Amino acid sequence: MKTLVAVAVLAFFCVSCADSERTQAEAPPADQVLINGAGATFPYPIYSKWFNEYHRKFPQIQINYQSIGSGGGIRQVIEGPVDFGATDGPMTDEQLKQAKTKILHFPTVLGAVVPAYNVPGVTHEIDFTPEALAGIFLGKITKWNDPELKNANAEVNLPDKNIVVIHRSDGSGTTYVWVDYLSKVSPEWKSKVGVNTSVNWPVGLGGKGNEGVAGLIKQTPNSIGYVELIYAIQNKMPYGKVRNSAGTPVKADLASVTAAAAGAVETMPSDFRVSITNAAGKDAYPVSSFTWLLIPSKIQDQAKKKVLKEFLQWMLTDGQNMVEALSYARLPKEVVAMEQKAIPEIE
Amino acid sequence: MPLSSTLAANASAPRRVRPLARRLQRGDQIAHLITLIFAATIFIITAFLSYELYTGALLTRQKFGWSFLSGTTWDPVALEFGALPFIYGTLVTSALALIIGVPLGVGAAIFLAELAPLGVSDGLAFIIELLAAVPSVIYGLLAIFTLVPFLRDYVAPLLQSTLGFLPLFQGQSYGVSLLAGGSILAIMVLPFIISISREVLLAVPREQREASLALGATQWETTWNVVVPYAKAGIIGSIFLALARALGETMAVTMVIGNDPRINLSVFAPGYSIAAAIANEFSEATGDMHISALIELGFVLFCITIAVNAVARLLILTTTRKSGAT
Repeated sequence: MKTLVAVAVLAFFCVSCADSERTQAEAPPADQVLINGAGATFPYPIYSKWFNEYHRKFPQIQINYQSIGSGGGIRQVIEGPVDFGATDGPMTDEQLKQAKTKILHFPTVLGAVVPAYNVPGVTHEIDFTPEALAGIFLGKITKWNDPELKNANAEVNLPDKNIVVIHRSDGSGTTYVWVDYLSKVSPEWKSKVGVNTSVNWPVGLGGKGNEGVAGLIKQTPNSIGYVELIYAIQNKMPYGKVRNSAGTPVKADLASVTAAAAGAVETMPSDFRVSITNAAGKDAYPVSSFTWLLIPSKIQDQAKKKVLKEFLQWMLTDGQNMVEALSYARLPKEVVAMEQKAIPEIE
Repeated sequence: MPLSSTLAANASAPRRVRPLARRLQRGDQIAHLITLIFAATIFIITAFLSYELYTGALLTRQKFGWSFLSGTTWDPVALEFGALPFIYGTLVTSALALIIGVPLGVGAAIFLAELAPLGVSDGLAFIIELLAAVPSVIYGLLAIFTLVPFLRDYVAPLLQSTLGFLPLFQGQSYGVSLLAGGSILAIMVLPFIISISREVLLAVPREQREASLALGATQWETTWNVVVPYAKAGIIGSIFLALARALGETMAVTMVIGNDPRINLSVFAPGYSIAAAIANEFSEATGDMHISALIELGFVLFCITIAVNAVARLLILTTTRKSGAT
């Protein structure tokens, strides 16, 4: 009797085993797909929202994203432990060569970097010319009442005080965008300092992270620094206008950042590796940038490939409607159309 | 210490050779083996760590050689790397931490061990141990919002008006500075100095005190001339433990030091420490050369820590020998 029961149990077990094996084999390839990505910290809030929403829509798809920094994102996508990377600064030709497969750039949202300041007694917005910003950060303009600043701000009562420059001490995409802008408007900056996620600053104090820079600005009278637009908006920090390439003083907001991207559409290369700082256009905010997803052009795993392609399509359509709630600027229509054409490049 | 004694015991083990089975029957041998493995792990981890740091820094070692230690430019764009400003910042902030922290810490320990009523002493010791468990980012935040403005608005003007003729106290004060880094480190290492020194002072035999008092010494004379010298080795040990912590502290320092890789004589000027530079730049370093330079910085810090520990050992050895001779 005992053996009979045992055999029955065993038989049932075997059948159920075979059954589950069969269902697994028959399941669509998109079943239970786990995708890993890593990279930039700046777009992390919107990425985590997107991946959450996408998971809610398709419960079998799980996309994990670690915000380890753009440098880490580029490194990991080259070496291959992740399925995709993310960066705030486009990969260099040299980095692209290091990768085994071609890496594609897909712009996702736009961000901007703003000059934030703490000048006691100044309530009016300060209007910065490119020359003033480059001069301040090169250490050549040292007083708030320097003629370069005064001429552009006739109505502002600028004090006769030393300027304290504050920059990011950690390597950062924010720094990359800021110095990329400075090197476009100032040949001296380009030759003396250059562009990177961290540079050899001619002057100033370093704060760690947006919060470190913001803390130093709040704590230090007569200081100026740069932070991400989102951070300045969320923390209600005063920040100035910047004169764009058309000579118009523009205050950074979502519309002026999107305008900068629209201004760059005509010159957009097919691989999307483009800097839109100092972009053309009357309404364009000049210190703007895309942030990119880095996706290998050859993906072996069919299920992952399908999911990534579908996700990109969703991100460019429904996904874009969520970005403004989180203070990111959305992609211009033209760029969305270009990216949709580029998705089939993933093989 | 446990490592060397186990190794020494192991070296003498083959002299009493016994059949393996019999040896294994004795719990001693098994315990011996297991603890030896544990101790050896520490040695292996240290060796592996230094090997990894050394090989990871290959690129910059080849390119810069010894000039890495004396170079004063840190330019990730032009790929020129010199570590001197970081070494300077690390040593200066740690020295400031000790200058501020040691008198405060040892003084507090003497009070708690010798003069305070037992209830007060135990209560305060408990609070001090709690302080040691506060995460360093909390200290850093506190420093940004309280210590930095305080140094800028009160301490700096005071020092400049009294000792301003010294180059140490010249130049504009922004608040974030080597002094701020040193001060926050002093606060952070205080719990280590106080709690260890207090334990050491409490461990001084009662007879020592009684003998001194019987000879007619006052209580303070007894404390200063008998108890403190007796506990000297332990107090120095606590100071070096504090120094090791100060050298490697990252988060709190990077929040208040100003992160400017330049060598300034003034303690009001911003500076940069090795640990802060690594923490700041590593995550976004993309070039191999940049990463190699940061790893080499880590190797330099590792060597400094080893050197400090070696000096500490020597100092403790000589002081205990001297006090043993008298």
